[in-house]
Amino acid sequence: MPASFMPSAQELMRFAPEMLLTLAGTLIMLLEPFTESGNKSRLAWLALGALLAALGLTAVSAADPGPAFSNMLLIDEFGTFFRFLVLAVGVLTILISTHYLRSGGHESGEFYALLLFSIVGQCIMATANELIMLFIGLEVSSIASYVLAGYLRDDKRNNESALKYFLLGSFATAFLLYGIAWTYGITGTTDLSLIRSALLNPASRPNEVLTAAASAFLFVGLAFKVSAAPFQMWTPDVYQGAPAPVTAFFSAGPKAAAFAMFLRIVLTGFEPLKKEWEPLLWVSALATMIIGNFAALRQTNVKRLLAYSSISHAGYVLVALTTHSGPGAAAAMFYLAAYCFMNVGAFAIITHVARRDERYVEIADLAGLGTRQPLMAGLLTVFLLSLTGIPLTAGFFGKFYIFKVALDQGFIWLAILGLLNSALAAYYYLRVIVVMYMEPAPEGEGELPAPAAGVLAAAVGSAIATFFLGLFPSSLLDFADKARRIFN
Amino acid sequence: MLAPITTAHYLVLSAALLLIGTVGILLRRNAVVVMMSIELILNAVNVNLIAFSRHLDQVNGQIFAIFVICVAVAEAAVGLGILIALFRNKETVLIDEIDLLKW
Repeated sequence: MPASFMPSAQELMRFAPEMLLTLAGTLIMLLEPFTESGNKSRLAWLALGALLAALGLTAVSAADPGPAFSNMLLIDEFGTFFRFLVLAVGVLTILISTHYLRSGGHESGEFYALLLFSIVGQCIMATANELIMLFIGLEVSSIASYVLAGYLRDDKRNNESALKYFLLGSFATAFLLYGIAWTYGITGTTDLSLIRSALLNPASRPNEVLTAAASAFLFVGLAFKVSAAPFQMWTPDVYQGAPAPVTAFFSAGPKAAAFAMFLRIVLTGFEPLKKEWEPLLWVSALATMIIGNFAALRQTNVKRLLAYSSISHAGYVLVALTTHSGPGAAAAMFYLAAYCFMNVGAFAIITHVARRDERYVEIADLAGLGTRQPLMAGLLTVFLLSLTGIPLTAGFFGKFYIFKVALDQGFIWLAILGLLNSALAAYYYLRVIVVMYMEPAPEGEGELPAPAAGVLAAAVGSAIATFFLGLFPSSLLDFADKARRIFN
Repeated sequence: MLAPITTAHYLVLSAALLLIGTVGILLRRNAVVVMMSIELILNAVNVNLIAFSRHLDQVNGQIFAIFVICVAVAEAAVGLGILIALFRNKETVLIDEIDLLKW
């Protein structure tokens, strides 16, 4: 039936955001050689425009949800939620990076093209309903990310970050693929809803040892991608070594998309195995929170500190995942949205303070920021308080919903240990704030220039989002709650 | 007379490749050898996919294997590029000498 291979206009419309971003990325690469070195920011504007248009197309395609390309993709509220999130992260990343790249003399079209391609991959991960598609989305996102991590070719830290990200990332992908291959072998399909029915059907219920092996491989791969313990060791190195705007992107976009993938696999295809997955998930959640928080306590480098903090935040989201429930999925989605905005915001300020060649990335370099640049210090304080989970900020409601779901579903100890962990986390976030306001600026340090317009816009935008989600959490939670219904 | 080769034989071969690849990644110091070990795991996946595809009498697994091969090539190209960039700056491809950032 060759006719059925032709995608309908409806299907193409559902896939329009990804197609637009791919075209824009290709166009940027084509225009790059013809753009004079002083005019590279035009390419940034092009990328920014493409992302905003993709946001619009996502909203259009959300009005007509449904499958595309023979059930390979499923454009539903869940996918739309994560599409919006990764596109918003992309917009913020471009705002942060233009000045950073220009001041170092590294601005070129490839950066924006790679960023767009990575976002295409993340959008596919968010909407994929099928393990082959998930793998392709993951790789499109990852391969572009490996290059972005090492974007400043002459910087040794960048080289090292890229190599470590590449080696451990592709190792994880290979393990994930091995799990996918076994899943295909024992269920005879790669479609998540068909996998679910194969696992539920008592007549065709596969051998338990084999399903356990497939689940274990999948878990290892997924845990690597969301930097969950015991597979988190690459995160601090990669986040510390990569250029600061790229780190902002890594800590938000790929992580949110990886969690989207994780949620879909655990809550649809492998939902019948939830008794087997539960111990894996809660042990990993607990270990991730504890390792992230304890390691963060003794860091002196801000980027590394935020890397460990992002590990511990992955642990909180895993607590929501452990509950294997619809409300848990909604709580995880809300948390990821809150986390993306506060984390990207924090990295925007770090990018500003780090200056050219990232010479100032120690916590001590933030000393006196409260008097030198009160606005920047104030914004960073907002983000750090939100990461701590102080009321009125998004981080508070994110943690609140997660621990509430954990208590409702009977994971009382996990909730208590999680709460203790977030109290511990307050120490290292507050330490940064104390340094900013209580310690005098070091002598003889170079002048801190006024923030670039893009950085300011990204930081203020993230701060508004952080406050908005903290004051009106129901606006987003209702959407997440609608989206999670697909899991019932 | 040799016994016929069954699906199980392919699965054992694939598991062996996975094991060799994993051990290589964990023990070897040279980043190029580590990359080769990753390729071994990806080939273990391909052997698995094609064996299952034949066992289930479906074509999906073979299509998937083609995708895996394509992606593995793209990944290897990027990986070698990263390695060359690193070698220009540090003159080494040994993992334990790449220690600017704390492990």
